[in-house]
Amino acid sequence: MLGLERRDTLLLIAVAVITLFAPIILNPFPTGSALAQFNAGYPDLMQRFVIFGIFAIGFNILFGLTGYLSFGHAAFLGIGSYSAVWMFKLLSMNVLPAILLSVIMAGLFALVIGFVSLRRSGIYFSILTLAFAQMSYNLAYSVLTPITNGETGLQLTLSDPRILDGASTGGLPVTSLFGAEMRDTTTLFVGPWSWDFSVGYYFCAVLLLVAFYISVRIFRSPFGMMLRAVKSNQQRMNYTGLNTRPYTLAAFVISGMYAGLAGGLLAAMDPLAGADRMQWTASGEVVLMTILGGAGTLIGPVLGAGFIKYFENIFSKINDGILHQWFAFMPDGLENVIVAVLHPFIGKGWHLTLGLMFMLVVIFLPGGLVEGAQRTGRLFRRRDRNADHMESDAARQRAAAE
Amino acid sequence: MGILEVKGVNKRFGGLQALGDVNLSIKENTVHAIIGPNGAGKSTLLNCLVGKLIPDSGSVMFDGQSVLGRKPHEINQMGISRVFQTPEIFADLTVLENVMIPCFARRDGAFRLHAYETVRKETGIREQAEEMLADVNMLDKRGMTASSLSRGDKRRLEMAMCLVQKPKLLLLDEPTAGMARADTNNTIDLLKEIKSKRDITMAIIEHDMHVVFSLAERITVLAQGTPLVEETPENIKGHPKVREAYLGEAQV
Repeated sequence: MLGLERRDTLLLIAVAVITLFAPIILNPFPTGSALAQFNAGYPDLMQRFVIFGIFAIGFNILFGLTGYLSFGHAAFLGIGSYSAVWMFKLLSMNVLPAILLSVIMAGLFALVIGFVSLRRSGIYFSILTLAFAQMSYNLAYSVLTPITNGETGLQLTLSDPRILDGASTGGLPVTSLFGAEMRDTTTLFVGPWSWDFSVGYYFCAVLLLVAFYISVRIFRSPFGMMLRAVKSNQQRMNYTGLNTRPYTLAAFVISGMYAGLAGGLLAAMDPLAGADRMQWTASGEVVLMTILGGAGTLIGPVLGAGFIKYFENIFSKINDGILHQWFAFMPDGLENVIVAVLHPFIGKGWHLTLGLMFMLVVIFLPGGLVEGAQRTGRLFRRRDRNADHMESDAARQRAAAE
Repeated sequence: MGILEVKGVNKRFGGLQALGDVNLSIKENTVHAIIGPNGAGKSTLLNCLVGKLIPDSGSVMFDGQSVLGRKPHEINQMGISRVFQTPEIFADLTVLENVMIPCFARRDGAFRLHAYETVRKETGIREQAEEMLADVNMLDKRGMTASSLSRGDKRRLEMAMCLVQKPKLLLLDEPTAGMARADTNNTIDLLKEIKSKRDITMAIIEHDMHVVFSLAERITVLAQGTPLVEETPENIKGHPKVREAYLGEAQV
């Protein structure tokens, strides 16, 4: 289907079904229950899952296939956001032109930054991209204040021209897709459960599916094969008559455009853009997502993005009070000890938990979460086969006895 | 007029004259060996032919065109393929993919953004690669990851990757360096087999006299960056100048 192999088609369908039902899947606990704080099915967080999923998918096209570790991809995310907000200010609150401009601008910047950075490889490439991203961050923060509004960040105002929409009446306008407002949410109550279906989320989800589909096509194309060859042996590439530079540059621009799309979507969900989005920690985050999920795999980056965003938003909300509730059944002394031990790992300390998990994954599952899933799958299959063997052995013995 | 004409090539590294006035002519459909003691400039000469180094002066003409100033991938596209001392293959890719890549390079040139096509549907390229693999007796290994091949098979694969491009000139840089005698003999057999099946010009840089005398039709002896003689193997063996410069230390 759609020019994909059967296995890839199944994967795409699985991703489509999961994103479609995510509002239900991510809210497994009834609203009033003690576990409700582990529910991740609220629109704001689901949008983040999907948007950072797109960001990581794009990053994986560069890092997973060619092995070039960019440490400055947040620059393109930021450029995407600024472009989108400018489009909202100048043209229209419709998200389509905004996102289009985000992708184009990020692509142009990626072309320039990539052209310079790709003259070097390995650690020097990483440092160059990091330098460019920090330059962009500092420019956005100070020198380019007329464009980026510096520290405050770029926001919508009542005096924006918005050529197509006309002057706004009353409050600030909201982003929409031909009238369907991104913030519109329908809440469905089923028994004790409540599920939020938001327009913004589904808009992002559709784009995630498109982004994922394109990424699968790239992985399975001759171009994708060339990118893997670049990672494997550049010397042999050159002596096989292939020019590696345009291949790596194309991969860099494509992944920059993915980052721009993600940045544009962030702004489309919440129309403001700040320089913080370009900081090096944001660049590092997408590296973590990709490696945690499984660099070079199709689905890994999306898993990694979901995993990190879940921790960031859910784990950080657990505080000592909640811990005391959980361990209330214990004798007071023990309860206090356990809460004291767990304290550094929760709330603001969620980074510590994430760091430990990241270490465990890198040490024991170098292929990321995807490798973990594959190993588990293999384990079960082997057990099945063993069971089959035992059955056939038993059958043979029975036959021999008769 | 040979397919490769090297005229008056000089290359200097600081105070060291690596190549001094090298003239060399390689005729079409011959196996031409370039031998010489360590530091004679064999590798420097080879690197000048493939675009890795640019000579200080002189000319290198291949098939009527100058190769000087061109990048390695451009020179490869002109028809010069190179086999390395230690096989350079795409270790993370499968054997079949390793051979498909040069097929793509030959069909599509140095770069093409074929991001929206599917490898699976490239049946022409696949058949071409499989045919080549069958030719070097490796078709049964097509699904293996190249890094898991034995050393001999890696060499075979690298040869297949070069040959599938149908090069006008195949350069071999010490193809048997560091090999055991049995592996060396296998490589010689492989090269003989390759030569017998098609018209191909080969230039071999080699240390091992056994390899050179088994394969070469012409031999150029290089010493201290300058060619001493160019002769047939029979005449080289007894040549006094060669004996003095090089063979004195080797039993032939």
